[in-house]
Amino acid sequence: MFRNTYDSDNTVFSPQGRLHQVEYALEAVKQGSAAVGLRSKTHAVLLALKRSTGELASYQQKMFRIDDHVGIAIAGLTSDARVLSNFMRQQAMSSKMLFNRPVPVNRLVGSIADKAQVNTQEYGRRPYGVGFLVIGHDQSGPHLYEFSPSGNSYEYFAMSIGARSQSAKTYLEKHYEEFADAPLEDLIRHGLHALRETLQQDKELNVNNTSIGLIGPTSEHETKATLPQGAFRILENEAVEPFLQTMVAKSTDSSAPAPAGASSSGAGGSSDVQMSG
Amino acid sequence: MDHFPTNWGRPRNDAYDAYGTFPLPHRPNNDTKDAFASGVQRTQQPIVTGTSVLALKYKDGIMMAADNLASYGSLARFKDVQRLHPVGKYTVIGAGGDISDFQYIQKFLEELIIEEFTSQDGHDLGPAEIHEYLSQVMYARRSKLNPLWNSLLVGGFKDGKSFLAYVDLLGTTYSASTLATGFGAYLAQPILRKEVEGKETELTEDEAIRIMETCIRVLYYRDARSIDKYQLATITADGVKISDSRHISTSWSFAEGIRGYGAQTQ
Repeated sequence: MFRNTYDSDNTVFSPQGRLHQVEYALEAVKQGSAAVGLRSKTHAVLLALKRSTGELASYQQKMFRIDDHVGIAIAGLTSDARVLSNFMRQQAMSSKMLFNRPVPVNRLVGSIADKAQVNTQEYGRRPYGVGFLVIGHDQSGPHLYEFSPSGNSYEYFAMSIGARSQSAKTYLEKHYEEFADAPLEDLIRHGLHALRETLQQDKELNVNNTSIGLIGPTSEHETKATLPQGAFRILENEAVEPFLQTMVAKSTDSSAPAPAGASSSGAGGSSDVQMSG
Repeated sequence: MDHFPTNWGRPRNDAYDAYGTFPLPHRPNNDTKDAFASGVQRTQQPIVTGTSVLALKYKDGIMMAADNLASYGSLARFKDVQRLHPVGKYTVIGAGGDISDFQYIQKFLEELIIEEFTSQDGHDLGPAEIHEYLSQVMYARRSKLNPLWNSLLVGGFKDGKSFLAYVDLLGTTYSASTLATGFGAYLAQPILRKEVEGKETELTEDEAIRIMETCIRVLYYRDARSIDKYQLATITADGVKISDSRHISTSWSFAEGIRGYGAQTQ
């Protein structure tokens, strides 16, 4: 029935000093499809792999705008993400209303981390089953944060979450020193290369399954003007095509990368939500 | 005639037992008929009040001035009240109107600043944020028909930019390079505009002090709720400074010639 004796209640420590329910929640994040985030001195970008449950279904939304200066990419339970992102939007509106100040990104992430932490300590609750990558821009420049259901939040130069995100992390760790001074196009290309690492053998990135979220001055590949300047925006479908074109074929892999619209998503693949078994 | 001593001095309800014929236990109830109004007291008027506050932009930032008087009606009740108050590292607020409401404002702003301080993340509240917050509080209170009876000036200097704005008991806000509240809006503002407008980036601190002294003197001569003891605040890149109390010099020799003022026989 249970995997072990100490996981029926999230507030009880195991003899090894672990909270099993919290660790299961971290597993739920790993079930979600991957998201990658990177930061330069001028920009912060998010890239995410969208999934659909089948040929007939639409692709599940992976990115949400919180405010003009903040956006998130999610991995895990979308319903929990909507609760937390609504809360973040309220915080952002409240800061605008009370102080006429865009909410500082660190405080926004801190506030949802505090919410998540309470769930790991109070009886009768469950941890959130979702992790975020949060990008934002405030007085101190662009930022990238990771939020996880354990109540931790850290700032990063680059980070990835979700299914097979370790492969993306390996790529990012190899290249992160170039990111600080990289132009936006290079930053996104690095992000796409990292995201590509999370794909299964027969899959590739295309206009349907790739989302790009960014903050900072407009790219030459963007057709729509962003107002106000540098605000958070999500690029999807044909808008990501020019960025996919900038990708370089994998040196180890002989097959050509990313001719647009070529892939068909596997029907009945592992869904975002299932936690059974 | 109301024969019940317990009703004497109270408002009479002639529509009910006008002649007081009911026995004592059935004495007419003359309480207010509005159940929502009973037990609630709202600010109807200011009690202990401060008069004008003046502020101007100059080369290094903002200068603000207010005298040290808190009046009780026309009585000069408290002569050592500070009406300029620092908020955080970058802002000064100056208050005219009800002094107790101003003390309440000082209290909640201090709580706000302490809460902000505890985050220690470098995102400090500047004058623009303080002013926006104050305007929201003032408007919320007037919407409850219980206003904080003040007109406030908010001045500050942060990130190389100076800020000066007004907010009052109605939640009205505006901004200009010179501002004055109370009688100062009529007596000092024309002088301030003439001396400051167009010269905000050239005026030195000494010139600004001289202008403030002129205005405070005019106010002392003509505003019966003012005194000749005042303080100056400067907010610059060096931070907030509020001076000790200063004295304004006046000359009253002209008064002897005014008929009806001195000892004249005819």
